[in-house]
Amino acid sequence: MVLFGFAAGIFGGLGMGGGTLLIPLLTIFLGLDQKLSQGINLITFLVMALIAIIIHYKNGYIATKGIVYIVLSGIIFSAIGALVAGILPSKVLRIAFGVFLCVLSVIELFKVLKK
Amino acid sequence: MKLNKGRANFGSNRAREESPFIKMHVTNLVRYKPDISNCNQKSKEQNKKKYERLFLILSGAVIGLLNGFFGGGGGMVCVPILEKVLKLDNKHAHATAIAVILPISLISAFIYVYNGYLESFPLLIVGGGVLAGGVLGSYALKVLPPKAIRIIFAIVMFAGGIKLIF
Repeated sequence: MVLFGFAAGIFGGLGMGGGTLLIPLLTIFLGLDQKLSQGINLITFLVMALIAIIIHYKNGYIATKGIVYIVLSGIIFSAIGALVAGILPSKVLRIAFGVFLCVLSVIELFKVLKK
Repeated sequence: MKLNKGRANFGSNRAREESPFIKMHVTNLVRYKPDISNCNQKSKEQNKKKYERLFLILSGAVIGLLNGFFGGGGGMVCVPILEKVLKLDNKHAHATAIAVILPISLISAFIYVYNGYLESFPLLIVGGGVLAGGVLGSYALKVLPPKAIRIIFAIVMFAGGIKLIF
């Protein structure tokens, strides 16, 4: 579990989807409930992100212009997303997450190969 | 006689150049032309900014929905949007994505905890690992992961996705 977290943390700190790695690791290999692993991912991300942001800020990698709009509407819709996820059964969420992962990985693959 | 001539040649270039009435209008047009184009440019820029804002709000909505619904993954959607719309380079986009997702995750984390999707034992153990990895990853952003790692990452993700579906 520590190793899984460590691996996911590296990718999370890089800002390239630690959660998308951690959630499937937790559900597939440790057999945790989909919603539980999503909840765990969110909480661990909060602490990790805070530290990562401080480090990135010191390195001068954080841009602030224009992100207010994303953040504000993001906050509203994330509440809606989380509430919907709370209503749906874990099995549906798991399948939806699987599709989401496949789509993301294909996009990522195209992006890397295009460069 | 003179007037007639002027009227007869009204349509020709010579008359246009000579007639004081038309000359006035032409010079007015010329005089005001820069103002008009300036105005257009301004409103075009404003429009562009408006569209950019609208796009940012819409993408925030998509990122928020995904991140709230799946409890993660918003960052991966956020990075390309930051690169395209705000014209950030790769490193800035990755770092800024974390700053964007943090407040978004905070709200959904509250709702997950409120709904009871949290157990302290796995949280503490996994959390410790994530923290250590996160610090390492943050310092490693100076040297972004090479192509090979990203390709492997994508393939592992795809395999994980397939496994979750079935």
